[in-house]
Amino acid sequence: MGEVIDRLISIIIAAVILLVIALLHVAYLTYAERKIIARMQQRLGPNRVGPRGLLQPIADMLKLLTKEDLIPYGVDKPIFYIAPFISLVCAGTGVALIPLWEKFVLSNINVGILFILALSSLSAYGVILSGWASNSRYAFLGGLRASAQVISYEIAMSLALLSVVLMAGSLNLVDIVNAQINSPYKIYLIPQIIAFYVFIISAIAECNRVPFDLPEAETELVAGYFVEYSAMRFAIFYLAEYFGMVVMSALAVTCFLGGWVGPFKVPYVPFFWFLIKLYFLLFVYIWVRATLPRYRYDQLMGLGWKVLIPVGIINLFLTAFLKLIF
Amino acid sequence: MTTYLEINKKQVNEEKWEEPFYLNMGPQHPSTHGVLRLFLELEGETIVNCTPIIGYLHRGVEKLAETLNYNQTIVLSDRLDYIASAANNTAFALAFEKLMGLEVPRRAKLLRTIVCEMARICNHLLWLATHALDIGAMTVFLYCFRDREWLLNIYEKICGARLTHTYVRIGGVRQDFTQEIIDELYKFTEEFPPRIYDYETLIDVNRIWLKRTKGIAVVSAEDAINLGLTGPVLRGSGVPYDVRKFRPYDAYGEVDFIVPTGKNGDTYDRYRVRMEELRQSNRIIRQCLDKLSETEGEPVLAENAPDLLIPEKVRKPEPKPVPKKGVIFKGEEVPVVPPGEAFASIESPKGELAVYVVSDGSGKPWRLRVRTPSFVHISAIPFMAKNHLIADLIAIIGTLDIVLGDSDR
Repeated sequence: MGEVIDRLISIIIAAVILLVIALLHVAYLTYAERKIIARMQQRLGPNRVGPRGLLQPIADMLKLLTKEDLIPYGVDKPIFYIAPFISLVCAGTGVALIPLWEKFVLSNINVGILFILALSSLSAYGVILSGWASNSRYAFLGGLRASAQVISYEIAMSLALLSVVLMAGSLNLVDIVNAQINSPYKIYLIPQIIAFYVFIISAIAECNRVPFDLPEAETELVAGYFVEYSAMRFAIFYLAEYFGMVVMSALAVTCFLGGWVGPFKVPYVPFFWFLIKLYFLLFVYIWVRATLPRYRYDQLMGLGWKVLIPVGIINLFLTAFLKLIF
Repeated sequence: MTTYLEINKKQVNEEKWEEPFYLNMGPQHPSTHGVLRLFLELEGETIVNCTPIIGYLHRGVEKLAETLNYNQTIVLSDRLDYIASAANNTAFALAFEKLMGLEVPRRAKLLRTIVCEMARICNHLLWLATHALDIGAMTVFLYCFRDREWLLNIYEKICGARLTHTYVRIGGVRQDFTQEIIDELYKFTEEFPPRIYDYETLIDVNRIWLKRTKGIAVVSAEDAINLGLTGPVLRGSGVPYDVRKFRPYDAYGEVDFIVPTGKNGDTYDRYRVRMEELRQSNRIIRQCLDKLSETEGEPVLAENAPDLLIPEKVRKPEPKPVPKKGVIFKGEEVPVVPPGEAFASIESPKGELAVYVVSDGSGKPWRLRVRTPSFVHISAIPFMAKNHLIADLIAIIGTLDIVLGDSDR
């Protein structure tokens, strides 16, 4: 009995640590995004709250917490209330499965990849339901766009990950990293470069980021599915988006870039290499946002179904074929 | 048009969403460039019908002009197309000068040409910024605003105002350029062309940009003429019509420039035309600056130009507690304008801006009519938007370059 309690306490402590780290990352990801984009656009970015604007995320959070939570007339209330939380929970839970380090995985289950994919599919429900429940036409269109987009890019992403699973021979994320280390190239980026591209593009689309930010296209649908939301519920959608970015990037690091392993060991900082790779991928997200215009809806679908999915399938077959030969 | 109110009412009251799907875009929408309202009938995301509804910014400029004298009317013209107000000032001034029979000195003509072309660059930069932002390219927006800011600072040095500068006045301009302004403008014309190149590298060869603009909202030359389109939109369809070349006003007769035209008449061609116009405007400013040195020291105002009513200096209040029947405005009487009518049109950055004025012999216009490009261009939206997607509609509004102050008057 005592053993079980000990184990439970250790899990809870680990979960709290992970949650705090993840939340801090998400909060400062918004800050980093604003600063980096500001730099790219030759302006200053947040610089008033705290030194160099470092307290800006906290100020934003406080502001949004104290705002009035408006519920528009005619919304479907229970669904309207719960939709942001569906998004957030589904986007955030994925963090628990990512092996930050060999010895630090909150829940090392044997179908890790499958679980993360399932969660990211589920998070589409938050978007669809919020668009549906808002009783607003912009939100409705945004919800429709989101559902179509998430479903079609989900397939491309799964195909890309399947190639990795084939190479590693396991669905467990820790096993995948270990298989990468033992493989001749050390990381799967080199043999699976096509899968990596497919995965990154699908991940950007999955998180509704520029250039695939159609569900929330500000200049077309005002704000898309969360146009009727205000205060903390509004912020939760943003949190979910950034959580999604972190989880997708972490998954890419785990599956393609060799997880926690680096060219040399950094003493006392076991997460060092993992975080460096993660930050690089997050920077790519932000970089893309500052550079590219937005796709049109039909062009987006065309890219997904006519380019990414065929490429993913061909890559999968090639991988399977080569695996069979060698 | 007849049924949009009924449809609205029905759908709100009965809480029934019938097919087709109706969407009310605007007047408060981030990318309808002001208070344009579009009533859309959609099928999925495809536009079946589109009804523009305007009038949310109506200020009655034409009627208001009948109660003001000619010089005061120029101030109203600033508020039409507030992005390029120098061009509006010029159109009004040209019409009034025709009416009064004034001959503008050469130096004033050159100065007017410079501020008009500066207005064109300002306008096209703002257009590029918002058009790119509508399509989703955020960075171009801020780059363009950086350069526009520079021009606005020069405007501030010229006349003290940044946006609504009544710099052009009847019979000339308000004051001469100082050497500092001329130096600054030389510097601007030096540094601006490479910056145009910068913008082009950002979006010109961007595949997403090409996909979003090529083949969108194609207008053939014939359609463009029938719809009454003017300016870069008409030239994008391949019609080389430019008032600056056809009926040269101010100093446009003596400067050398090319009228760029497009081929296919799609959004991309109109974008190319405007980018080329930026370069040509830069060239015109350069030439005019060179010519300014020839006319050093000449007057910038015609001799018999009507005086402005200038407020007197405020006197110190006298110690006696006697209430004053003070007159705050003092000035010479405006010379009575002979009865008659006059028409003038210019190439404003958005298209052909025409002013028609009728005088009954008093000091105020009897009737003033303004033909603004934005009004005509809005009427072309239903034609262009048909069978396009919502995302394209945003691109169409952007490519027409409309300003609601210009349309509603």
